[in-house]
Amino acid sequence: MAKKNNINILICGVGGQGILLASEILSEVLMKVGYDVKKSEIHGMAQRGGSVESHIRAGKKVYSPLIKKGEADFILSFESIEGLRYLEYLSPKGKLIRNTQKIIPLTVTIGNAEYPKNPEKIAKQNDIDTISINAAEIARQLGSDKVVNIILLGVLAKFLDIDKKIWDDILLNWMKAKKLSQKITKINSSAFEKGFNS
Amino acid sequence: MKKLLSGNEAVARGIYEAGVKFASAYPGTPSTEILENVVQYKKDVYCEWAPNEKVALEAVIGASMGGVRAISVMKHVGLNVAADPLFSMAYIGSNGGIVIITADEPSMHSSQNEQDNRHYARAAKIPCIEPSDSQEAKDFIIAAFEISEKFDTPVLFRMTTRICHSKSIVELGKKKEVPSKGFTKNFQKYVVLPANARKLHLKVEERLKKLEKYGYNCLLNKLEINDSKIGIITNGIAYQYAKEVFPDASILKLGLTFPIPKKLISEFAKKVKTLYVIEELEPFFEEQIKAMGIKIIGKDKLPITFEFNTNIVEENLLNRKSYREIEVKNLPPRPPALCPGCPHRAPFYTLHKLDVNVTGDIGCYTLGGLPPLSAIHTCVCMGASIGCGYGIEKAMEQNPTGKVVAVIGDSTFVHSGITELINVIYNKGISTICIMDNSITAMTGHQEHPGTGKTLMGEQTHKLDLIELVKACGVKKENLRPVNAFDLKEIMTVFKEELAKSEPSVIITQGPCIFIEPKNKKWKLFEIDSEKCKACSICLQIGCPAISKSDDNKAVIDPIFCLGCTVCVQVCPFDSIIEIKR
Repeated sequence: MAKKNNINILICGVGGQGILLASEILSEVLMKVGYDVKKSEIHGMAQRGGSVESHIRAGKKVYSPLIKKGEADFILSFESIEGLRYLEYLSPKGKLIRNTQKIIPLTVTIGNAEYPKNPEKIAKQNDIDTISINAAEIARQLGSDKVVNIILLGVLAKFLDIDKKIWDDILLNWMKAKKLSQKITKINSSAFEKGFNS
Repeated sequence: MKKLLSGNEAVARGIYEAGVKFASAYPGTPSTEILENVVQYKKDVYCEWAPNEKVALEAVIGASMGGVRAISVMKHVGLNVAADPLFSMAYIGSNGGIVIITADEPSMHSSQNEQDNRHYARAAKIPCIEPSDSQEAKDFIIAAFEISEKFDTPVLFRMTTRICHSKSIVELGKKKEVPSKGFTKNFQKYVVLPANARKLHLKVEERLKKLEKYGYNCLLNKLEINDSKIGIITNGIAYQYAKEVFPDASILKLGLTFPIPKKLISEFAKKVKTLYVIEELEPFFEEQIKAMGIKIIGKDKLPITFEFNTNIVEENLLNRKSYREIEVKNLPPRPPALCPGCPHRAPFYTLHKLDVNVTGDIGCYTLGGLPPLSAIHTCVCMGASIGCGYGIEKAMEQNPTGKVVAVIGDSTFVHSGITELINVIYNKGISTICIMDNSITAMTGHQEHPGTGKTLMGEQTHKLDLIELVKACGVKKENLRPVNAFDLKEIMTVFKEELAKSEPSVIITQGPCIFIEPKNKKWKLFEIDSEKCKACSICLQIGCPAISKSDDNKAVIDPIFCLGCTVCVQVCPFDSIIEIKR
């Protein structure tokens, strides 16, 4: 990707899925590449199992920390339907990367709303270029429910023209800083690889 | 060195670099992370959580009088609590530099109103400074202290959620050593009795004039002269949106946003053909600029409510929509909810069953007002649950027994509930009050408070004993009922007993927030025995995000979310929820 173009990525999902950590790692990677980077999200009330969105923008010079509607290159949806809330943000050439994992909102559980039966179809009807992946299942196979975010970052990394070594370095730095055990470090590394090679 | 920092992280860095010695705050979104980040510099900056914003600011005023640079941090509504000392401090001025950070919340992501606190600067006649990204957040804090000392004034430093919680790249600087001036008795300056205050007010007016002149060429106000067709006066985050929509326009970006630099604005207005004022929330600049007789376009086109973004600025000022409209109908709303394992769930389920009127307060437990628990019926401000409950009872005086329960968290009770309880006792109320004690300030991200026995800097300290405190306020021993927050039966019995009394009672539901439990805690795990489950949906009524309905309408527990609090087990009439090995 040429450095003069802006890159806009919107990550969305449910509070507690590790979205803020994913956007943090992504921002560090983009900064390492040499871009000006801004990212924005809302803390507080939104974290208690509510919808969460994080905007990440990179380019030669970035002003607004929020992505303009119609200009997102990617929506990385951590949950099956969350991405559908933000389709207006996608640019005509943009891609929706969708984790097929369903997290049922309370409004559905108590019968005040319905969970869409076929999210894939909704995306298709709106001509959205969609890639679906069952990251929760991959995470389970790897032995940790918590690495869904790293798998999805791996999928995203596939489409960004960024030297994979930068990703590996930033991930490793993060795991070192968090003092993760060797076992967990290995699971996270494989999670990224699984996403990247999916 | 360059780092990617949020506005809050950058401000914390600025506080360190400015040589600040004392910082005090009460947590409040979106300001909380400022002191949480200052604490990494605790060798250089003493920092603390105060019981509330008024206490925080008064300590900071003292520290300034004591000769060091001092800062108080709060969310916008926190400044309402601290307004009393703010207005006195405006007359007293500074000794060591003194800055008050107000973190305003356009769009009210986690707040009860969207007041624009620039009005406080104007009302208190003190300068207001506003950054537009993280770099400025750091640099302007340092400038704010210089202005405070140069002009003998407190400075209001206004941020908004989008500045606080957005990250951008910051070039770090070096720490400045600022020696303490010490405290010197100065009756005319520090004692605001009327005779002194009259003289001080005259000084304040002179100070404002000087500050306005200073704004003419100070570095906080930035002039970008480009195309003369369009000129824009803007501030804060709105500047970033203006740059996206009008890349070629001439821009006057105000960083010192009160007093406004009138001469600079007049000169700028003469240079451009059309002048826009792009500011979030109130027409603060707009009204002042219009009063100068300058023609501008502002709130006649731009909204007065909620946050801006690039689309809003573009659509309202240029009448241009540059995206494909896609409306996906009937997506289920996903509001925040009480977490699985939350100690507030069982008390709220009980209050829901009892069908009483519940006056609520500010904290996680406000979420108990949402369906299916629907057990909060008023929410006003910090501490108001007890006062409102008492007032409702007074209004329904004929037979109020058993009708009203006030619920308040432990941190909120210490913040401003104690005086409310004293009032209930003093004025012979009969309130039933429930202190939901989860042993932390939860909603803002788990901060210590006087009831936790730990300080912001990680030190052990005296732990405020809520039970002794409530007793000392005058609640009778037999009407003071600590209960296990997870035991539905016990909670129901105690509520029924206390609601039947015509004396004030305090029930304390005790159970820690799941986030402060030890990392290695062995959480229990439950699952639904689908043979026994009769699909009665009763367990769905406790509003636990870990429980949902399967295709055959039977309940199902998501093992990723379940923390084994057992509330669902206690409500299930068919014993179909069983413990399994994690």
